Amino acid sequence: MAGFDKRVASYSDALLGLESGMTVISGGFGLCGIPENLIAEVRRSGVSRLTVVSNNCGVDGFGLGVLLEDRQIKKMIASYVGENELFEKQLLSGELEVELTPQGTLAEKLRAGGAGIPAFYTATGYGTPVADGKESRVFGGRHYVLEESIKGDFALVKGWKADWYGNVIYRQTAQNFNPVAATAGRITVVEVEEIVEPGQLDPAQIHTPGIYVDRLIQGTFEKRIEKRTTRGN
Amino acid sequence: MALNREQMARRVAMELQDGYYVNLGIGIPTLVANYVPPGIDVMLQSENGLLGMGPFPTETEVDADMINAGKQTVTARKGASIFSSAESFAMIRGGHVDLTVLGAFEVDVEGNVASWMVPGKLIKGMGGAMDLVAGAENIIVVMTHSSKDGESKLLPRCTLPLTGAGCIRRVLTDLAYLEIKEGAFHLKERAPGVSVQEIVQKTAGRLIVPDVVPEIKFAN
Repeated sequence: MAGFDKRVASYSDALLGLESGMTVISGGFGLCGIPENLIAEVRRSGVSRLTVVSNNCGVDGFGLGVLLEDRQIKKMIASYVGENELFEKQLLSGELEVELTPQGTLAEKLRAGGAGIPAFYTATGYGTPVADGKESRVFGGRHYVLEESIKGDFALVKGWKADWYGNVIYRQTAQNFNPVAATAGRITVVEVEEIVEPGQLDPAQIHTPGIYVDRLIQGTFEKRIEKRTTRGN
Repeated sequence: MALNREQMARRVAMELQDGYYVNLGIGIPTLVANYVPPGIDVMLQSENGLLGMGPFPTETEVDADMINAGKQTVTARKGASIFSSAESFAMIRGGHVDLTVLGAFEVDVEGNVASWMVPGKLIKGMGGAMDLVAGAENIIVVMTHSSKDGESKLLPRCTLPLTGAGCIRRVLTDLAYLEIKEGAFHLKERAPGVSVQEIVQKTAGRLIVPDVVPEIKFAN
């Protein structure tokens, strides 16, 4: 049964084989559902010249933002850079290469990458700078842009619960990009809040089947909130 | 008087229909949720993976795993569903969302829209905006009629990098409600107390003005 047991003993084991120059996909939207301990481990490992694929790039001092501080990222593929000052600074100075990608196209690039589809046509971005240099084609009288899929050397994923076999369930909107990220890594590493014995999760409720998962580790999470907004009590 | 943000949101809310699935962008579009007409039920889509966005949480309900596309903490309403980003954009790109409301920097007479980048000044990224404008049939752009420098934002041709080409049919500004067709803006309604002449002066793109332009009326 050990062949299906995806658990690893430590965060350094979880990222064994990660090297400079690799492509790393990260799940998460803003700071919600980010693999925060795996990102911290990437920082500790000291690898550099990474291509990072993630909807956002964290914030100054947390999430993927910490990899910018140490100049570990060479190229960022993201849809929104938003409120990250260091990101904007490195982008404007030319230190950081950025491929801004529409959010749905980014999700589909990962989905397609994980599903063995090398490219797909989408109407998104036609007639905009995003389509520059890309093939386009007309279907049913409408223009579509050919977008290539993405695969990563590593995919870093944050789940809620998983069993030893790497069957993963996400919690609330912390799901976001995590399931598609999980499919698109040559080595997919998942960190979760709780690991349970096989048989304890309902098979019909699994979001990411264990076939996509190579390594699994349980962590503790800060879960920082970017914009705490309430309606009072 | 030009409409204020709340009045703009109220006018857009009058376009909602019972049973609509709606995506509201950041800024004034978000306020539309506060003015859903009585007797009408709409389901708000948040592109990070939530259909059926509820109100902001109470202090005790705050959950770091529950946010909207603006990264604010939110709740899910009764009947909501939660899913991945790929599923979320399948809804958007597959044309399943009934109405999309978003802000913009510029719109032109061909229905082009620019909303994500000012070269050399502002690079925040397009987020889901390009998918939303490409995927939806029914889009309302909400923005001020002129920039802070007094330049018209309703143009013969957008000057900024586009978010989408030929996809906008309706625009609400603080001065007017307009439709875009056949290479022109068509003035449909004006803000109460705002003259047709002022709208003509502040619209750089070709504008068709009918004989009678009613003032915007708010339900209730």
